[in-house]
Amino acid sequence: MTVTAPNPASAAEASASSGSRLADRVFKMRELAILAVFLVMIAVTQAGNSEFLSQQGVKDLLLNATILVLVATGQSLVVITRNVDLSVGSTLGITAFAAGTYLHGGGNPVVAVVLAVLLGVGFGLLNGLLVSLGQVPALVVTLGTLYIIRGIDSIWVGSRQITAADLPGGFVDFGSGGISAVPYLALIALVVLVGTAYYLKHYGSGRELYALGSSPEAARLAGIPVRRRILAAYTFCGALAGLAGALYLARFGNVDSGTGNGYELTVVSAVVVGGVVFTGGSGSVHGAALGALLLTSVNSVLPALGVSSVWVLAINGILLLLAIAVDRIVALRVASALKKRNARHG
Amino acid sequence: MTHPSDTGPAPVLALKDISKSFGAVRALKNVSLELFPGQVHALAGENGAGKSTLIKTLAGVHRPDAGQVLLDGEPVVFHGPGDARDAGIAVIYQEPTLFPDLSIAENIFMGRRPRRALGRIDHKATREATAGLMRRLGVELDPDRPARGLSIADQQIVEIAKALSFDARVLIMDEPTAALTGSEVARLFGVVRTLREQGAAVLFISHRLEEIFEICERVTTLRDGARIASEPLQGMGEDDLVRRMVGRDLEALYPKQDVTPGEVALSVRRLTREGVFTDVSFEVRRGEIVGLAGLVGAGRTEVARAVFGVDRWDAGEVEVDGRGLTNGAPSAAMAAGLALVPEDRRAQGLVMDMSIERNIGLTGLRTTVRAGLMDRGAERSRSLDWAVRLQVKYARIADAVSTLSGGNQQKVVLAKWLATGPKVLIVDEPTRGIDVGTKAEVHRLLSQLAADGVAVLMISSDLPEILGMADRVLVMHEGRLTAEIPRSDATEETVMAAATGRVA
Repeated sequence: MTVTAPNPASAAEASASSGSRLADRVFKMRELAILAVFLVMIAVTQAGNSEFLSQQGVKDLLLNATILVLVATGQSLVVITRNVDLSVGSTLGITAFAAGTYLHGGGNPVVAVVLAVLLGVGFGLLNGLLVSLGQVPALVVTLGTLYIIRGIDSIWVGSRQITAADLPGGFVDFGSGGISAVPYLALIALVVLVGTAYYLKHYGSGRELYALGSSPEAARLAGIPVRRRILAAYTFCGALAGLAGALYLARFGNVDSGTGNGYELTVVSAVVVGGVVFTGGSGSVHGAALGALLLTSVNSVLPALGVSSVWVLAINGILLLLAIAVDRIVALRVASALKKRNARHG
Repeated sequence: MTHPSDTGPAPVLALKDISKSFGAVRALKNVSLELFPGQVHALAGENGAGKSTLIKTLAGVHRPDAGQVLLDGEPVVFHGPGDARDAGIAVIYQEPTLFPDLSIAENIFMGRRPRRALGRIDHKATREATAGLMRRLGVELDPDRPARGLSIADQQIVEIAKALSFDARVLIMDEPTAALTGSEVARLFGVVRTLREQGAAVLFISHRLEEIFEICERVTTLRDGARIASEPLQGMGEDDLVRRMVGRDLEALYPKQDVTPGEVALSVRRLTREGVFTDVSFEVRRGEIVGLAGLVGAGRTEVARAVFGVDRWDAGEVEVDGRGLTNGAPSAAMAAGLALVPEDRRAQGLVMDMSIERNIGLTGLRTTVRAGLMDRGAERSRSLDWAVRLQVKYARIADAVSTLSGGNQQKVVLAKWLATGPKVLIVDEPTRGIDVGTKAEVHRLLSQLAADGVAVLMISSDLPEILGMADRVLVMHEGRLTAEIPRSDATEETVMAAATGRVA
C-alpha cells in the first residue's frame, strides 16, 4: 500500500512514479519491439539482396501491407472492447465485388468506394446488433455472419469474375500509383490510422472502448453506454473492411467469389502480433498496423532471400505464438513487480 | 418506527415501498428509506438481507418491480447507473469496480472528463484534478499509474476520489472499510464528516458495528428483504442492533457443540507463497472447528488453495494425519482425505448447468465406476443419499443446480465434498449470500461434522460466524498469521485488532 503515514512522503512518491514509468515503458516497448523486429528483418534481407529496397521494392512492401493495415485497424477497435469480428474477410470480398460490378457498369470510382464503405457499414451494424443485443459471444456470432455473407457472395457472384479490363483505367492506375515510393493507397491507410489513433486517445468515447474491454461490469456501473459503443466499434470495423474491399479492387483489379476467403485469420494475427490483447482493454491501432506490416513483409522477404514461400504461414504462426508468449511473460513480470512494490510500502 | 421528516429538512433521496424479485427470490419487500442532507445513515442487515439490492436500486443498476424512487420528493426513474450519477448519487461498491488497464486519473473521470475544444479530452486537466483529489485525501498516488496492481485499500481510495470528484449529493458506501487499516478508516471517516458538513447525504454499510455507532446518526435494518426498523442510533446498544438484524437468539444461529479435540489431522508448517502469504503455521485437530479470520485480501483463501494443492507453495510443508502432501497436487490432497469447499460456489464449486445429481457425483467419478464406465445407478443413489442428508430443497434431483436458491446451491457444494468422506474439511465463506435459515442449517451441519471427528477449517469474513462457531480463531493480516485466539478470548475487538494489524 502506498498510503502509509509513517513512510516518508518522498519514498511513497518515488514508488508511485516509478510504477507508472514502468508501465509506460512496457506499453511503449511492445510497439518498439515489433518495429525493431521489422527493421532487423528488412536490414538482413537488404544485406542478402541489395535489390530489395529499391523504389519499387519499398512500394510493393507498403502496397502489400495497406489492405491488411486498414482491416486490422478496424479489428483492433473491436478487439479492444473484448470482442472479435470474424466476418471481415467475407465483407471485404463482397464489397470488392459490389464496387467492381458498379464500376463495370460505368459508375464513378468515388461513388464506388462510398458504396463499398456503406455496404461494410451495413454488415458492421448487423454484427454489432447481434453481439450487443443478443448477448451472444462475438466469436460465434461473427463466425455465423462470416458464412452468411460468404454464402450471399457465392450465390450472387457465382462463377463470374471482375478483371482489370472491366474497370476504368484511372481506378486501376490509382491502385498501383503513388508519390515516388509511397503508394496512394498507403496514404489513405495512414490517414485512417492516424485519425483512429487520435480518436482513441483524445475522445471520451474512444477511451470508453478501452474501459469496457478492461472491465465490462465496471463500465456498466460507470454509466457507459456499453451496447452503443460496441455497436459503433463493429460499424467502424465493417466500414474499414468495406473500404479495404474497394482498395483491394483498385490494387489487384481481380475479384471473384473467393476473394478474402480466410482473410479474417490473417487480420486477427496481425492485431495480436501488434500487441492488442485479446481479452480487451489494451493495445493500440498503430501496434496493430505494425503487426500487419510485419506479417505482410514476411511474404516479400522470403522470396527476396530465395526461401520458398511455403514457409510464410509457418513463420506467421511462430510470430503469433511469440507475441502471445511475450505478452504473458511481460504481464507476469509487471504483476510481480507491482506486488513487490506494494509489499515494500505496505 | 419514527419518521424524522417533521423535524429536519426534506429527504434528498428516498425509496418508497420498493419491491424487487429475481426469479422466485424476493430480494426486497416493500422497503422504504429516507436519506437526509447532512446525515450519515447506516444500513444494517446480515449477508443476503437485501442491502446490495437496495443499493443497486438507488444507483440505477436495478429497476424496482414496484414502488418509487424519490429525488427531492419527486418520483424519478433511473434508466441506468449514468442517470443516478447525473442526479448526484455516488456509489462505492464493496468490490472496487475499476478499469485495470486505465490510469487512475481516467478511472476517476471516466464518462465525465474535462474537455477541450472539439470535445477532446483535456488530459492535463484530468491529471491535475486527480492530483488535487489525492492531496485532499492525503494520499500519494500517481494519477498516471494504471489501476492494475493497486492494493485493495488504494483501489478503495480511487473509488472515494471518484465520488468526491463530482461533489456528490448522496454518497453510498457498501462496506468501504472492509479492507482498510485503522489509520485508513480514520482518514475515510474524516472525508465522510467533511462531506456531511457540506450537506451531503451518506448511506453507510459496514459489518463492523462499532463503526456504525461511531459515524452514523440513524440506522435502517433489513432482514430477509424487509425493513425491520428505521430509527436514531442514539440510545441503542450493539445488542439491540444485532437482535434486529438477526431476529433470533444467536445460540440458535450458531449451534456449536462442545467437543474435545482429538489428534492433529491437518498440520501446516511455515507455508509460504512468495508475495501472497508468508510463514503460515497452524494445526487443526479432529473434532475441532478452527476459524480463519482476516480482511478481504489478507491471504486466507490463498492459503486454503495452497494447502489443497490448487496453487503451489514456495516453502513449508502440509501434512494430513502425519503424511506429507505433494506440492500442487489436488488429487493427492483429495486422496489423503482433504476437501475444499471454495469461496465462489458459482465459478469454482458447481457446474451450474449440470444436474444436482451430476454435481454431487463429480467427486465420486473414480469410485462410482464399474468396468471402466460410469455406474449411473451408483452415482444417483450416492447423490440422492447426500442431498437428503443435507436437506437440499429441490424439485427433482435431475434439475440443473442453477434453479436452486443460493443456500441450497451451497448445500450441494457441501454434499459434493462430504460424499468423499473427508478427514479434513476446508470451507471458504460457507454462508456468504445465503439466507438466515439456511445459514443456521449449514452451521448445524458443520458442528455435527466436527462432532463426528472431522477437522474443520472455516474461512469467514462474517465475524459473528467466526465467534459463534470456532473453537479457535486464527487471524491473518497482509499474508501473515497475526494471532491465534482461543474461543474464550475471541471477541470482535480482539479479532479485528489482529485482522487490521493493530497488534503485533
